[in-house]
Amino acid sequence: MSAPTTPASASGATPATTPGFFRKALAQKRFTFGFVVTLIIVVFAIVAPFLSPYSENETAGPPYAKKGLFGTDYLGQDVLSRVMHGGQGILLISVLATLLGMVVGVLIGVVAAYSGGLWDEVIMRLNDVLLAFPQILLALVVLTALQNPSNLVIIVLVGASHAPRVARVSRGVALGIVSRDFVVAAEALGEKRSRVIVAEVLPNMTGPLLAEAGLRLTYSIGLVAALGFLGFAADPGAANWGQMMNENRLGLQTQPWAVVAPVLVIAIFTIATNLMADGLAQASQKGD
Amino acid sequence: MTQVATLPDPLEEVAPPRGHSGGAAWGLWLLRRLGLAALTLWLVSILVYLATAALGDPVRAILGRDYNSNVARREQLEAQLGVGDNIVTRYFDWLGGLVTGDPGTSLANQQPVWGQVSDSVINTLALVLLSALVMIPLAFGIAMISSHFRRKRPDTVIQTILLALAGVPEFVTGILLVSVFSTSVFHWFPAVTLSTPDGHPWDTPKSMVLPVATLVIAVSPYVSRIVRATLLEVLDSDYVELARLKGIPENVVMRKHALLNAIVPGIQVIALQLAWLAGGVVLVETLFSYPGVGRQLVDSVRNHDVPMVQLLSMIIAGVYVVVNLVADLLSILLTPRARTAISS
Repeated sequence: MSAPTTPASASGATPATTPGFFRKALAQKRFTFGFVVTLIIVVFAIVAPFLSPYSENETAGPPYAKKGLFGTDYLGQDVLSRVMHGGQGILLISVLATLLGMVVGVLIGVVAAYSGGLWDEVIMRLNDVLLAFPQILLALVVLTALQNPSNLVIIVLVGASHAPRVARVSRGVALGIVSRDFVVAAEALGEKRSRVIVAEVLPNMTGPLLAEAGLRLTYSIGLVAALGFLGFAADPGAANWGQMMNENRLGLQTQPWAVVAPVLVIAIFTIATNLMADGLAQASQKGD
Repeated sequence: MTQVATLPDPLEEVAPPRGHSGGAAWGLWLLRRLGLAALTLWLVSILVYLATAALGDPVRAILGRDYNSNVARREQLEAQLGVGDNIVTRYFDWLGGLVTGDPGTSLANQQPVWGQVSDSVINTLALVLLSALVMIPLAFGIAMISSHFRRKRPDTVIQTILLALAGVPEFVTGILLVSVFSTSVFHWFPAVTLSTPDGHPWDTPKSMVLPVATLVIAVSPYVSRIVRATLLEVLDSDYVELARLKGIPENVVMRKHALLNAIVPGIQVIALQLAWLAGGVVLVETLFSYPGVGRQLVDSVRNHDVPMVQLLSMIIAGVYVVVNLVADLLSILLTPRARTAISS
């Protein structure tokens, strides 16, 4: 149960239709809790900018003053308003990066598993090379030679650093499926290989892949926030939960809320998505 | 935030050579693994070089607005980085330098990069080893307590807490620790590592507490969860059942029968986590201004100091490869089944 990624999770699973799978996941307290909290934060991130007392870059008072719920930050901007504005960007980037990493990774993994033999060996060996890189390192190495990262660059970097990990997991899951009768039957009927993958193999991987996506989302949020925290964000002036920690770190002593408020939001968010991912993993393991 | 990856089964991974006498078989196995490690590092070096030298334009990144006005500096930088030469020639020049111990000169201070990293490597190793020394007994202890109460209230509570902690990014944990134990609530430990140029951070042990605590909190949950899962599996096995039926006390069963068998999967996870720490320290070191490889890397990336970044990322990748190799070797030495498979 602690390794949501073992190939065993896929073996013998009936095609996990999404509604039934979702009901199974909802039966677990963990998943329900994580799912509800995630939903709340997502809604907060989308709606909050319209409700915030100050706009994103409006000066609310002197720097590090005790004004409003969380006080002001290093430029005198209202911390609460910055937190309310800072969700959309990080959320959008994380979701897009997760999607990119999942699509590329699943493609690599499934193609490797389905081709088998030498191709499988070569693809997975190259994949292992990428795994020798801690995720944050991959992003940092590329950022060395860039002047200012755009949001697109950050999405691509975070997504690319997920891909080899997703590939490894989805290959494991796919290996348990490609040799099953219905795949062999589809091949025997003369279906094209791409069609077999899309119509026969992928639909049977939904459960484990959803769990992996949940896990990847957790890491995406962490990575995007980490890049902001290290000072590599696309738009230096914009409110962003990761960046806020970096901007206000020097004032931690005098005005801790300017740092702690975004930190707490990220902590709650990642805890929620991780619980959700684990619930999905368990639901997919109980599939049969 | 810990890396989750599938645990490679050392038995399946290495495919032990058969039909040789013991010593020769071991030699062959080791040679094969070393070869694979060298191949991995070589491919990593290509990746590092392409990412730093070919994807972007380091000279433009360094000079920023001065790119067009400061022609002299631009030409000097371009000469130093060899911009304009064939990328393949440049790569092999760099690789040759790396292998012979001359991986280039820092763009930030014009000193050879080799001499600047040794101190930070030692500092980082100290941080990681200290964290591992705290983390390993802690993770095993929690796993033992948890599996003792399996599927009862304490187990569920512990597992939920561990699961929650596993998702939180390490710098988030770090900042919370700093604000609680250093700046806002208590004032017990310093928030940053103060180090003199010729001293080491452990000269002031108090300043090591929070960085080590952060890394331990980041890594233990995952290790602990895996060890618990293995322990539960072992506790369900026939030989543990037999030991209980023979009337052996439960704590002896746990110690002698269960724990010893959970060590091998434990080693694999610990290795993965230690390897992950080699990169994970980047954020923790930056947060605590700890003078190690991670902070140096972040500084170099900010300065667009290409040769420095290249060397540091090769060191981190090298640590990863070596740790994995050692873990595989240990797992095989500790698994009698695998030992005999190789030497028979």
